[in-house]
Amino acid sequence: MTNHWVDIKNANVILVMGGNAAEAHPCGFKWVTEAKAHNHATFIVVDPRFTRSAAVADLYAPLRTGSDIAFLGGVINYLLTHDKIQHEYVKAYTNASFIVAEGYKFDDGLFSGYDEAARKYDKSTWAYEIGPDAFARVDETLQHPRCVLQLLKQHYSRYTPEMVSNICGTARDTFLKVCEHIATTSAPNRTLTIMYALGWTQHTVGSQMIRTAAMMQLLLGNMGMAGGGMNALRGHSNIQGLTDLGLLSDLLPGYLTMPREQESDYQGYIDKRALKPLRPGQMSYWQNYGKFHVSLMKSWFGDAATKENNWCFDWLPKLDKVYDVLQVFELMHQGKLNGYFCQGFNPLASFPNKAKIDVALAKLKYLVVIDPLATETSCFWEHHGDFNNVDPARIRTEVIRLPSTCFAEENGSLTNSGRWLQWHYKGAEPPGEAKPDADIIAGIFLKLRELYKKEGGAFPDPILNLTWNYMIPHTPSAEELAREFNGKALADLTDPKDPTKVVLTKGQQLDGFAQLRDDGSTACGCWLYSGAWTEKGNMMARRDNSDPSGLGNTINWAFAWPANRRVLYNRASCDPAGKPWDQKRKLIGWDGSKWSGADIPDFKPDSAPSDGMNPFIMLPEGVGRLFALDKMAEGPFPEHYEPFETPIDTNPLHPKVISNPAARVFKGDMEGFGKSKEYPYAATTYRLTEHFHFWTKHTRLSAIMQPEQFVEISEELAKEKGIKAGDQVKVWSSRGFIKAVVVVTKRIKPLQVNGRIVHHVGIPLHWGFKGIAKRGYLANILTPFVGDANTQTPEFKSFLVNIEKA
Amino acid sequence: MALQSLDIKRRSATTTPSPSQRQTQEVLKLIDVSKCIGCKACQVACMEWNDTRDAIGANHGVYDNPMDLTENSWTVMRYAELELEQGKLEWLIRKDGCMHCAEPGCLKACPAPGAVVQYSNGIVDFHEENCIGCGYCITGCPFNIPRLSKKDSKVYKCTLCSDRVAAGLEPACVKTCPTGAIVFGSKEDMIRHAEERVVDLKSRGFANAGIYNPQGVGGTHVIYVLQHADRPEVYCGLPRNPSIGPMVELWKGAAKPLASLGLAMVVAGAAFHYVTKGPNEVSAEIEKEFEDEK
Repeated sequence: MTNHWVDIKNANVILVMGGNAAEAHPCGFKWVTEAKAHNHATFIVVDPRFTRSAAVADLYAPLRTGSDIAFLGGVINYLLTHDKIQHEYVKAYTNASFIVAEGYKFDDGLFSGYDEAARKYDKSTWAYEIGPDAFARVDETLQHPRCVLQLLKQHYSRYTPEMVSNICGTARDTFLKVCEHIATTSAPNRTLTIMYALGWTQHTVGSQMIRTAAMMQLLLGNMGMAGGGMNALRGHSNIQGLTDLGLLSDLLPGYLTMPREQESDYQGYIDKRALKPLRPGQMSYWQNYGKFHVSLMKSWFGDAATKENNWCFDWLPKLDKVYDVLQVFELMHQGKLNGYFCQGFNPLASFPNKAKIDVALAKLKYLVVIDPLATETSCFWEHHGDFNNVDPARIRTEVIRLPSTCFAEENGSLTNSGRWLQWHYKGAEPPGEAKPDADIIAGIFLKLRELYKKEGGAFPDPILNLTWNYMIPHTPSAEELAREFNGKALADLTDPKDPTKVVLTKGQQLDGFAQLRDDGSTACGCWLYSGAWTEKGNMMARRDNSDPSGLGNTINWAFAWPANRRVLYNRASCDPAGKPWDQKRKLIGWDGSKWSGADIPDFKPDSAPSDGMNPFIMLPEGVGRLFALDKMAEGPFPEHYEPFETPIDTNPLHPKVISNPAARVFKGDMEGFGKSKEYPYAATTYRLTEHFHFWTKHTRLSAIMQPEQFVEISEELAKEKGIKAGDQVKVWSSRGFIKAVVVVTKRIKPLQVNGRIVHHVGIPLHWGFKGIAKRGYLANILTPFVGDANTQTPEFKSFLVNIEKA
Repeated sequence: MALQSLDIKRRSATTTPSPSQRQTQEVLKLIDVSKCIGCKACQVACMEWNDTRDAIGANHGVYDNPMDLTENSWTVMRYAELELEQGKLEWLIRKDGCMHCAEPGCLKACPAPGAVVQYSNGIVDFHEENCIGCGYCITGCPFNIPRLSKKDSKVYKCTLCSDRVAAGLEPACVKTCPTGAIVFGSKEDMIRHAEERVVDLKSRGFANAGIYNPQGVGGTHVIYVLQHADRPEVYCGLPRNPSIGPMVELWKGAAKPLASLGLAMVVAGAAFHYVTKGPNEVSAEIEKEFEDEK
């Protein structure tokens, strides 16, 4: 979230789209209720299904699964043609005035530079025109035909209400009603908040759906405002922490990035990331990349990391490609990856095309599962009838199960969707032989180190030199790990403005990432988390909920990254002169000498408005990007592409380019995608409030609340198929079938799309062949093995199935 | 069953005065249907607090589960999909459970002394150790709430967490409700809150929004805020004008003086018998029979 849970109460309009907050995030949803009750907010839900969020919404608009870019592109078109944008904000704080390089083109579904054979773009034309001063050229009048605003208008002019209705199946009037409500927030004293989750991420154009919404928020002037922002609701209590700490294959902690194969030169690696400002006077905060990186290496490798050896840069793996989960299972399926450690993950249930995952796991030599539960993955070799139809005699994989603790059985911090690191304490002793994950990993590491010490090996250095100073080496405590990611001074640190003044003495905990150095005098395990455990103690354990501004920022409650800021880009809550757009939601303001207020300024605290520094300090141009340059795989402006399994066989905007042209599809998978002739219904998978993923079918109370697998269809489809509520039905895709009870509902309606009727089949995903709820089929038996072109998040939300009474 | 005993307003089938030394404030639980997201956290909290567990059932083609109130499920969510206006779908989700009537039909109907009590705070509670399993309370309830257990032939229902309330806590369902759809407090505060909610709902186009606090049972200590207060029956059959059944009224109303008279006659007869015939003696034979039956 750019903002945070409590801040939702400040919104005037709330849009839940690409998510189902009431159902998947019921506790956080209380702030929607609060905004409605005490801020008289209007609550809008846009979703293929009338969800439990829609049950309490003021306005609900149905749309076909996978058509969100068309819908949001239509809203952008509405805002531009009805002149409902926050002009001053757009001009000053976005790249609307920036001139795009000659050669950039969008034509019939493709941007300039497409290589069809490689399914990739040469993105060199997706750039700004750079002037002789090495800065990007702008046209303050916004009239230049190649300025971003003009290109934006041109791009979305095709997204008329009629086109939106034709692609999405949303009634024109309903769509326009949504537009009207959203448009009211272009006033400087009104804000829209957007709450989304996997309903946007799990598409082959998921990242671009989110981008379209973010662009809309920039046009409305809602980024950086209390009650505004782009708010990703994270599904697991600490999945935000997982991404922050870099547990994705191409990331290092704090969103530092792994070097690529061709990046063998240390300085080149740093320079590419330490971006110079693209406009005069801009901060371009990533210029500090080197400080974050060197401090990370010092944290990992201590004295072994020196200036002479480029801080152990050669020890970092150099990626030839991204090893996302689809890539890893593809390699496993090909027999090229034959050992797998699976920690806190249930891939057999969580990854698409279960049949393929089954085959892949059976090709492993060994599989280590670290989990509190006996997951389906750890039992993938067991035969469970149709639920898991495998032959154990033919599976040779050795499975080793290491029972771990669950969150309530250990101390630690959880990072919530709002970026708050909140400390929690152990509530119970773990059962049986279960151990904390850190102990299990420590045990494996210490054994490996012993073997390397004894036997040498091809490349022992990173293992032998890894910092391991825990009081009990086999049991690194949460407190020790937290102090490590905060970082400490490795030498006395002096004030850069006054070298005689010692700020921190050697060994002291850092106050925050502003103190990081690239000369090896600081160590920090995750720069973003620096400030969480300072000399003052554990800032994550703070529990002062006083809220003097009434905006809900409670800056002495726990710790929020970065630097305890509660609303990101909050400099944009003030006009260029430093005055809040809306006094009633004043986050910060310029008081003549510094920025201060109810939040920690996300800005250089002493940079006067007259300096002209802009609010988006992480970007080299200092302004929000309506035009994404080369940062996205499929284009600088989001474009509607159909799901890879589309119920309409075409893309009404450009029939020659139907689905995302830059999405990676593995050999064999493309041919296996279902076509609407055999699989006529648009299917989507989702979660129910009664369950959490595949865990809670192991707990009795959740199993009582939703005991048995079901699918949902409309009354119309049920009638067509002769199906009654409570019947058993069979649902199948080109990859397999499931059988379940059917819920027949008014909450799913047939939609009129591009001249035909599209029916949806809703598939909740919580059941499987382990646990105490009634046994069921893993929903990912049905889903396609293809992901978002940028993140590779699988397309679980849009695929094709057929259905019959079983 | 509860911790309370010093502040009882009335007890079933009892003529002696109830303990009333302690006076408590009248309480009220408000269920705002317009804020309810149907998450069933209240169902879970209820089972957790009371340490009851229903069976793991099956799906019957709807979201409701368990499908009905049971001796273990003292509250359930009931889901209704309606298009009251053409093209405007509503998913009305109502938490069902005991309404804690000011004039409780269950208490009036109950023939077992002290099996149903009403505290001065308004909570109607079952003291199962006194229950004889006759099921009259089920007949007497205008909301079809109490459920008879096959295991022990006792009747169970929501206690409004009288044990928690006696200790100064809110009911478990209120504590857990994530959206504040269920709130608890003094009757006065809750009515005021409900009135504010009605104003908000009217401003959002629900012209007939209102409070459900039926006077046919003297008002209730669980009240609803409804979007369509003019049509309570659309909320999965919430009764429009609930009242205590005529048989119960007859039994406890007009018939009661007659019954009392009858009772007095029996006592008088017994006294007459004692005076004229002396005490009843149980023969050794009959006593042996009793012993054998044991």
